[in-house]
Amino acid sequence: MALGLADPFDALFRFQRALEQRLDSDWLENATSGVGAFPPINVFQQGSDFIAIIEMPGIDKDSIGLEVRGNAIRISGSKTIDYGSNASVHRRERVAGSFDRTISLPVKLDPDRVSAEYRDGILALFLPRAESDKPKAIKIS
Amino acid sequence: MAPAQDLEVQQKRELGARDESTIPARVFLPNTDIFETEDALTVVMEMPGVDREHADISVEDSVLSVAGRIDFARYEKLYPVYTEYNIGHYRRSFNLAPNSFDDRKISAEMADGVLTLTLPKAERVKPRKIPLR
Repeated sequence: MALGLADPFDALFRFQRALEQRLDSDWLENATSGVGAFPPINVFQQGSDFIAIIEMPGIDKDSIGLEVRGNAIRISGSKTIDYGSNASVHRRERVAGSFDRTISLPVKLDPDRVSAEYRDGILALFLPRAESDKPKAIKIS
Repeated sequence: MAPAQDLEVQQKRELGARDESTIPARVFLPNTDIFETEDALTVVMEMPGVDREHADISVEDSVLSVAGRIDFARYEKLYPVYTEYNIGHYRRSFNLAPNSFDDRKISAEMADGVLTLTLPKAERVKPRKIPLR
């Protein structure tokens, strides 16, 4: 195909549009405190489990606090920016400060199997659904 | 040190029309801090999702250009149910004062999605104390 090069970009474009369509969807209903608060969260479904992907560049991994209780996940921490002494700042777009956010999923989670990974400024939370909450096929007798 | 405050989300800004690409996918501007010391100019750019292999930095005709590509494959087979931000590659360029920096000594470091560029000043532009006679 002559336009082969454009293909992966088309896929990205489609995905960007899919993300846009879900922007602030009511899937989390009113259960999420502080929409517009840092850090911004995207939630994805993968099979019967969920993955939350959170953009938080430039944060020391050890300063991120994560707690799971029931179906709620709390993310807290702080971001510091150090320009060093004797620096004159020309442009300041990055912001520093503290954050504390809780999201509640409308499904039951298995708290013991929740795991997290922080890489390249992105926090990924793997949120497996509780076995009791998974849909079961019902046999008609 | 920046003052402590409650962090709020910064809406991602898209690359302006002046620098459009031929492909439809959205490209974002990395949030950037620029500060100067006696010896160097430091440029700090936030590009979450970009690893060191996918950041391209170049200086040509006194224009510093940075491009960062995210690993889009990580999102394969994920179905979005709730979103607060969009994802995409990053690109941004800055005009540098001509002949002010030693191009060959520019260094770059990438950590936690943050790119730090250090541009050492050329000898002739460093501040010089003028002795009074």
